Amino acid sequence: MDAKDILGLPKNSFPSSADKKPRPPKESQRKPDGISREVYALTGRMPPLMPSIDASQLKKKHPPHEKITWQWLPFTNSARKDDLHLYHWVRVVNGVPPTGDYSFAKYNKSVDIIKYTDEEYEKHLTDPMWTKEETNELFDLCGRFDLRFVVIADRFPSSRTVEELKDRYYSVSQAILIARAASSGDVATHPLIKEPYNVSQEMERKRALSMVLSQTRQQERKDEEVLVEAKRIAELRMASKVTEQPQLVVASNADAEVTERAVPGETISPSNVQPPSMVVPSATDNASTLASLRMLRVYLRTYALDQMVQASNSSAGLRTIKRVEQTLQDLGVNLKPRVPTKAVCAEHLELRREILTWLNLQKQVQYKEAEGSSFRDGSYGETPGTPKDRTFIPDSMNFGDIHKTVVSSERVGKKDQKRKAHGGPPTSAHKRPRKQKASDL
Amino acid sequence: MSHSQTLPLKRQQGEQPPSDDGSSAIKPSRLKISLPSEDSDKKNANKRLKDVEICVPIVYGTIAFYLGRKASESQSHKWTVYVRGASNEDLSVVVKKVVFQLHPSFNNPTRVVESPPFEISECGWGEFEIAITLFFHSDACEKQLDLYHHLKLYPEDESGPQTTKKPVVVESYNEVVFPEPSEGFVARVQNHPAVVVPRLPVGLNLPSPVPFDPMNDKERGGTKDHPLSQWFLNFSEADELLKLAASRQQVQAHIVKLRRQLNLLEGLPQSKQPSGYECT
Repeated sequence: MDAKDILGLPKNSFPSSADKKPRPPKESQRKPDGISREVYALTGRMPPLMPSIDASQLKKKHPPHEKITWQWLPFTNSARKDDLHLYHWVRVVNGVPPTGDYSFAKYNKSVDIIKYTDEEYEKHLTDPMWTKEETNELFDLCGRFDLRFVVIADRFPSSRTVEELKDRYYSVSQAILIARAASSGDVATHPLIKEPYNVSQEMERKRALSMVLSQTRQQERKDEEVLVEAKRIAELRMASKVTEQPQLVVASNADAEVTERAVPGETISPSNVQPPSMVVPSATDNASTLASLRMLRVYLRTYALDQMVQASNSSAGLRTIKRVEQTLQDLGVNLKPRVPTKAVCAEHLELRREILTWLNLQKQVQYKEAEGSSFRDGSYGETPGTPKDRTFIPDSMNFGDIHKTVVSSERVGKKDQKRKAHGGPPTSAHKRPRKQKASDL
Repeated sequence: MSHSQTLPLKRQQGEQPPSDDGSSAIKPSRLKISLPSEDSDKKNANKRLKDVEICVPIVYGTIAFYLGRKASESQSHKWTVYVRGASNEDLSVVVKKVVFQLHPSFNNPTRVVESPPFEISECGWGEFEIAITLFFHSDACEKQLDLYHHLKLYPEDESGPQTTKKPVVVESYNEVVFPEPSEGFVARVQNHPAVVVPRLPVGLNLPSPVPFDPMNDKERGGTKDHPLSQWFLNFSEADELLKLAASRQQVQAHIVKLRRQLNLLEGLPQSKQPSGYECT
């Protein structure tokens, strides 16, 4: 009902029994052609704004006056070098067969292999490792197999590795290109010249790949451990190093072979407002925080303070940190200084550290008390170190009391000794109950 | 006091850090590659001073006025977001440009300001976070610094009707620190009031600075006579320092007490005679 109100529709549009009869015939009258009733209802009972594609339009329409026949006709393929005639079914329109080359002939691409003459060979291409016959054979195979060196290596008469064949092919092509070029500048952009084939690199790369492939699971795990370790060391080194653009090379250990030839280098270019965990590698140490701050080219004083606070907080648990903050609030100190100058930040940091010390001391005193009390009472009812019994208020009052009672009882004792005669018994009687109270606090 | 430490074996600038394959992309401008033909000043301009920390105190924030009668639904307030020197000095000595990123509903939400005063004024109705990015001159720092500020239009005290006379001002104080500035940078800014330069180490010979002339256009970039300067807040570290010092004293007193107590507690168990308690 409310929904209709919001939509602005008239209420009571629900068909009452009186309306029921006229309605169905009305609806069925409106049933559209072309689409089903349900689909029409989905569109909100309105014809679509855009004219939809008429289904009959999708059928291919052949001009009815054309006469189509299919004939079994011969054809030739320009891609073939022989004169083979084959037959296939051809769609003939009005008695005219289609013209043009075999439609798949255009896909017959091949690689342009450089062909050298004998003199060129004598002049530029002789090589102690390769005979002329072998080189010719290689080029022939390259042409036949479109530079698919794996196949070529397989077909090559003498056993040469793929890398050797590639090396020979590319260096010959390069030499020819350079020899034939009018000037060296012309061919400088040719891909063969721009990026020459590097045999040793290729061999190394393939060897490395095969090593990775053949690595056992154990080896994988060892590698990972080493890399993690290396990364950690790199980060530690980074924190203490002061270089212009900190870039480190992670040296791999001898036993676990690093697969890639390019040893991973690490660059840390911190942007200045970043989650601290990304920028500061080991924030546990204050010195390392300072060092990492110095590595930034520029930073905000508040950011530096945050980092230092985090560093000093890292040794404390969450509860302790909360207590530090509560203490700061109790003291009336802003958790984040309003005027974060260098001096203010330094003071703030020192204050935080002192509060931490204070809280730690409180804990220690608590613990000592618990220890002491269990020793004194000798009671099994009280378990040592149950600080829950003690309501802890960071207020010197309680401690002052303990302090006073302990000292006073000692002092009283001394007084007793001095007085010798009078005043002794009543004070000593007080001694015991008081001391026992100290443990119950 | 700068954050300096005697770090072992500081790598002499100019030496390449160990890297492989020449893959390191060290910007040549940062290296002190001494070419014999260059001027000695130029040579040293890029040298980094490790024990000198340059600091630029800034204040950034917004001032928003209610437009009152002139207010419309879409423009109820006129506000200005800005970055200024903390003592209204000219920041352009260090800052090359400031980019204010406004809410996408504004036309051209990325506003670049390349000369002081670094501010943008706009009319609107909504509060949103403005991202302020500071770009520095290349001798200062190649990296940018990002700040964020929430634009506040409506006063905390929602009691009365809004006044057009008193704006809503929110400012934040901060300091931009350059931990190891280049000599050239220090030389250039050492006399400028917008920059805090500590006492330079003895024996450091910097080229003589450009004398600061408050009368010339340098001061024009400051905000001392800014139309909105009457609303600028005061940031004095004295109050905060006082509060902090007092708090530290308090805490230190507590620590002393506890330490004394701890000593006593540690001494206690030995001096106690258990027999004295067991009876009665």
